[in-house]
Amino acid sequence: MFRNSSQGYGWVSVGLHWLMAILFVGQIGLGYATQAVTDPALQFDLYQWHKSTGFLLLALALLRLTWRLSERQPDDAPSSRSLQRSAKLVHLGLFVALFAVPLTGWAVASTSVLDIPSYVFNLVVIPPLPLTPSDAAEAFWSTLHATLAYGAAALIASHAGAALWHQFIRRDGLLRRMWFRSA
Amino acid sequence: MRLSLGIFVAAGMMSLAAARADDLSEAAGHYTIDPASEINFNVGQVGGGGISGKFPDFTGSMDLDAHDLGHSRVAFVLKPASLTTGQDRIDGFLRSSAVFDASEYPDVVFRSASVERTGTDTARIVGAITARGITYKATFDAHLDRKSGRALSFTVTGQVPRLPFGMGIGVPIYDNMVAFNMTLVAKRG
Repeated sequence: MFRNSSQGYGWVSVGLHWLMAILFVGQIGLGYATQAVTDPALQFDLYQWHKSTGFLLLALALLRLTWRLSERQPDDAPSSRSLQRSAKLVHLGLFVALFAVPLTGWAVASTSVLDIPSYVFNLVVIPPLPLTPSDAAEAFWSTLHATLAYGAAALIASHAGAALWHQFIRRDGLLRRMWFRSA
Repeated sequence: MRLSLGIFVAAGMMSLAAARADDLSEAAGHYTIDPASEINFNVGQVGGGGISGKFPDFTGSMDLDAHDLGHSRVAFVLKPASLTTGQDRIDGFLRSSAVFDASEYPDVVFRSASVERTGTDTARIVGAITARGITYKATFDAHLDRKSGRALSFTVTGQVPRLPFGMGIGVPIYDNMVAFNMTLVAKRG
């Protein structure tokens, strides 16, 4: 039930997948909002929520990678070789994004001359990465962070699109593999 | 011999008493806070360090009552638009609507309600600060560092909370309490 099988994902994989999916999509909205709002107090608070959620996602990514490496994977969905290959590429890209996006966000917080502590959900202080703060460094990491995040959003869209294609066009019930099953 | 010594001591004590009374009555009067004064502040942050800065633009006055220090008055106006931390973006944030809202509320005012002597050279000033249209009590401790001619120098310290003024942004990443450390030069007139 908790572990993966040849037929589908166990509860741990499914739980991590959907929890991170919700948080990641929320983060993209929150990240966009930090740039869109004009009220400085609201912007400050949005940034802190975005940073807290980002560090949570990074911790979950480590957990997920550990689980992924130690667990077997379900069999590939019956499909054409090229589709299987592109699915693998998208999955790899999403996995890379789970690390690259929060890490570049951490770099933004670490290079900002504002030197605002990262106080994750007002519980834990995360030290900055060993980078030299400057306006130029902050701008560089911000651009990279945003590019990776919106790139990840595009990957999520194609990933979700493929899942929906399996569900409603091919009707092969593939989506059930990524849901909580009792067996 | 013994008599003359007694007279000498008595005379000495009298002159000492006269000098002390002189000290106070000499110091009594109206003073203006000189621009050479410094108003420094520090807000601590979680994990150590914090934000330090100063308010270069201010005005103030002080009325010292020689007979009853308790009836002395201190009034202060500082301009949050002038505050500097050495980092323009932090200055902009502190002046913005998130904190001081300096364009809407250009003055931060302190008015004393009572002054209480706490030692030879020290006094506690109790009063109220008005910032962002909100008035809240504040207490400062003053130490008289120097008295020279027409000027008095004080070191004044005090802690002021941000939350009562609606300036609690960033608590608890940044402390609620702001530590003030001021060097005030008061000139007579």
